[in-house]
Amino acid sequence: MIDVLYFAWVRERIGVPRERLDTQAATVAGLVAELRAREERYDLAFSDLSSLRVAVDQELTTFDAPLAGAREVAFFPPMTGG
Amino acid sequence: MRLLVQSEAFDIGAETTAFAAGAVGAGAVVTFTGIVRDTDAALQAMEVEHYPGMTERAIAGMMDQASMRWALTDVLVIHRHGRLAVGEAIMMVATASAHRASAFAAAEFLMDYLKSRAPFWKKEIGLDGTSWVAAKDEDEAALGRW
Repeated sequence: MIDVLYFAWVRERIGVPRERLDTQAATVAGLVAELRAREERYDLAFSDLSSLRVAVDQELTTFDAPLAGAREVAFFPPMTGG
Repeated sequence: MRLLVQSEAFDIGAETTAFAAGAVGAGAVVTFTGIVRDTDAALQAMEVEHYPGMTERAIAGMMDQASMRWALTDVLVIHRHGRLAVGEAIMMVATASAHRASAFAAAEFLMDYLKSRAPFWKKEIGLDGTSWVAAKDEDEAALGRW
């Protein structure tokens, strides 16, 4: 089981801030493919990966990152702090 | 080193005074304060979302890096989240060092990283609706100089 978190417009498009999923995906990209196959709202939210960023266990990473041992994956748009 | 991620307003003057008083051995204190800018007349407020846990972790990492690279005697970051009105202070950075060049450079480094690598997302609340603030290419490019 893995906690999947969504922030900003990704959260709005998917409709929930977080959910707990049972996934067999080996990488972030694999998880994205599983999510996109679930429902249209996921498919839309993940339609352009270049406009998204991902963190695994609260560390910024890339979509080819492995998920083995990961507890938490977060998807969000580029950050706008400061 | 002090890091505050909070929804409450903070007192820029009190924070600066306390920081300078505690910066033993420093010859220079630099502070930067970010204000919610009135981009157009229709902007009413800014809603700042963040990723609790990752936010603290990411900023603490930046502060560690800055402290080592510029031999800072102290560093402070305050960043707010939640709803902020136009004109309110959204964040501040303070750096203390022996000399001003390193205090200025460290403050700029922290600002550049906070903009693009701290998990905050701003949404503008206007009279005619809401919109997420898009990240700017120049903010990402600014990281290249470090």
